[in-house]
Amino acid sequence: MSMQNLENLKAELSSFVSKERFDSFKFYVTPVGDDVLEVPKEDIVPVVRFLRESGKFDFLMDVCGADYLNNMQGRQKRFDVVYHFFSSRTYQRLRVKAQVGENERIDSITSVWKCANWFERETYDMFGIEFANHPYLTRLLCHHEFVGHPLRKDYVADQQQHCSSALPLHFPPDPNWNPEGRSLVPLNIGPSHPATHGTLRIMAEIEGETIARANVELGYLHRCFEKMAETHPYNQVIPYTDRLNYCSAPMNNIGYCKTVERLLGVEIPPKAQAMRIILAELSRIIDHFVCIGANAVDLGALSTFFYLFTYREMVYSLFEKLCGARLTVSLTRVGGMAQDAPPGWFDEVLEVCKKIRAGIDDLERLLSGNKIWIQRTQGVGAISAEDAIAWGYTGPCLRAAGVNLDLRKVQPYYFYDQLDFDVPIGSTGDVYDRYLVRVAEMRESLKIIEQVAKNVPEGDYTVRDKGVVLPEKKDVYGNIEGLMNHFMLIIKGLRPPVGEIYDVTEAANGELGFYLVSDGSGRPYRLHVRPPCFAIYQSFPEQITGGLVADVIAILGSMNLIGGELDR
Amino acid sequence: MSQAVETSNSGMSGKELVEASRSFAFTTKLEAILAWGRKNSLWPMPYGTACCGIEFMSVMGPKYDIARFGAEVVRFSPRQADLLIVAGTITEKMAPILLHIYEQMLEPKFVISMGACASSGGFYRAYHVLQGIDRIIPVDVFVPGCPPAPEAVMDGVMVLQRMIAENHPRPWVKNWKRPAWIKPVG
Ligand code: SF4
Repeated sequence: MSMQNLENLKAELSSFVSKERFDSFKFYVTPVGDDVLEVPKEDIVPVVRFLRESGKFDFLMDVCGADYLNNMQGRQKRFDVVYHFFSSRTYQRLRVKAQVGENERIDSITSVWKCANWFERETYDMFGIEFANHPYLTRLLCHHEFVGHPLRKDYVADQQQHCSSALPLHFPPDPNWNPEGRSLVPLNIGPSHPATHGTLRIMAEIEGETIARANVELGYLHRCFEKMAETHPYNQVIPYTDRLNYCSAPMNNIGYCKTVERLLGVEIPPKAQAMRIILAELSRIIDHFVCIGANAVDLGALSTFFYLFTYREMVYSLFEKLCGARLTVSLTRVGGMAQDAPPGWFDEVLEVCKKIRAGIDDLERLLSGNKIWIQRTQGVGAISAEDAIAWGYTGPCLRAAGVNLDLRKVQPYYFYDQLDFDVPIGSTGDVYDRYLVRVAEMRESLKIIEQVAKNVPEGDYTVRDKGVVLPEKKDVYGNIEGLMNHFMLIIKGLRPPVGEIYDVTEAANGELGFYLVSDGSGRPYRLHVRPPCFAIYQSFPEQITGGLVADVIAILGSMNLIGGELDR
Repeated sequence: MSQAVETSNSGMSGKELVEASRSFAFTTKLEAILAWGRKNSLWPMPYGTACCGIEFMSVMGPKYDIARFGAEVVRFSPRQADLLIVAGTITEKMAPILLHIYEQMLEPKFVISMGACASSGGFYRAYHVLQGIDRIIPVDVFVPGCPPAPEAVMDGVMVLQRMIAENHPRPWVKNWKRPAWIKPVG
């Protein structure tokens, strides 16, 4: 199937570029089925332009780097710049890679794909790869006094560098900007501000009540997830994934484990799939609770938050029964779940679903028809479907703009395709629509959970492959074989084959992607996360410019920006 | 309050008056009454940066309800708060801002470090994470956990309340030196 797509692409691309250039392109399908196109760095802009203008792909999901310093076999150059494309029409994906040497530059693709901007800045920050013609190539996550590039293989993971001060207000250069004759007042919000949820920082210049220009600063919660992943064995990365989007930790566990499992070629048993679906949907609900609750608090509706947290606590109790933890659960393991559900757990899930359904009714009575809420949110932060796609929106924010795209439907994993649920979509993409979409999604999630929890498949909660999963404790302590297995797996580690993969799940905020490169060792050689809210937040300065200061807060809340995922 | 009054308009003798006042007044020391008030009306400024911040929401929320300890009036202005609760990872980039916030708080002020990250960097032995906020500000109570359960946070608040009630010496505050690497603001 993939081969066919690639053949088509090859044929079209060959008539688009000169023969001699075309001969230097490499097309192949990886063993797990990802389509890859390798091009010399000189050709990157024409190629990505072709991908866009031919209509083959409308989403640029991700750009990242990789450093092959310790792994140069068969390569000329040290770095890879990796681009991931997606089509919302055909649901195909394509990975484009270009090699870049040390002290070399590659052309920025921002002139074709504007959402590449932050991704390229991050790549520059992490690897020191320079992008020619980038409008504002500065550090994105690390602080401004940081020296060196931390994701390079020769940067030591725990070598900290202190920062002496906060950056003053700053804005990217803009040729059309003319402050002459205007009375502009600088305004800084955050990172310590109740509406910025801890780590966001918005910088603006205002004219009266209107935002004349705006910029954001990221990285206040950059805690080096990707470097930590490179320095830990596969299963020990799972707790770090909890802390990406910590409002819905199980979904990150699942996204990561699914990626590793696919690279390993492991299919998890039906019971584990069922548990993962239930956990994912419960997480989606409580994630939306936090988002809506916080959004409403920021606009002055405190009681919503209290109502919603009551229900969140119920889900916490369910998690606690499974694993003992409330928030950072690390529930999955590569190969399945960490342990089986205790007796009666699935019935409790069904009970909680009933209560949550009543809670959502309460929520709707509080907000959906609430005049103040409507006035503060309707028409605020509206975005068209084209713009949303151009920025790389996914998840509820994209669907609120009227795009019917949900990975559970279009690239179904586990047995989502056998479940009955709808994908709610909005029309205007404004804050109110985002709210409505989230509310409707929660109801759909309840539907899913009930279908699954009523018919949980029998069987084991994990695969029993000795090279992947640790034996149960009773075997470790009870017989020599168990002890040996345990010993071998701990010493040797779980070792996926050499190769790479980009895998996705529909997380609460949208497409959560993991790009994993394995060198056959017990640790990921490179693990990059494509955080959904990162792409959405990138549009934020543009979204608030020209609007009112008060709307900034409403829009910010509706994007559900989670520091752990945004800054990683 | 404890001074006996010799005579009074009511015609009671001083001794009688003191006796009578026991039904509506009590005697104490100024220090003690201040400490009592202080400990039961802590105004926290939540500095929630990460996952611990979400768990702190639970502490504030309906089930755990920190109001029971007189500490529900959260202030996001450091000038109005006397308890800084650092809940979450503090990165090197954030450190100067945290110090600045701390410096803006008025005395007397207290700090609770919630969770492994704030206390030590947690499991982030990483290039961009501050290895414990006690490297930049004095901390009164460390609450362990990743994240600490709400009960643990409340225990931390109660420990602090006891310290305040007893006027526990705080050498870590007295001996605190502003970190030299962070520039003063303004
Ligand atoms: S201590 Fe754990 S839960 Fe708290 S901020 Fe750090 S990683 Fe998150």
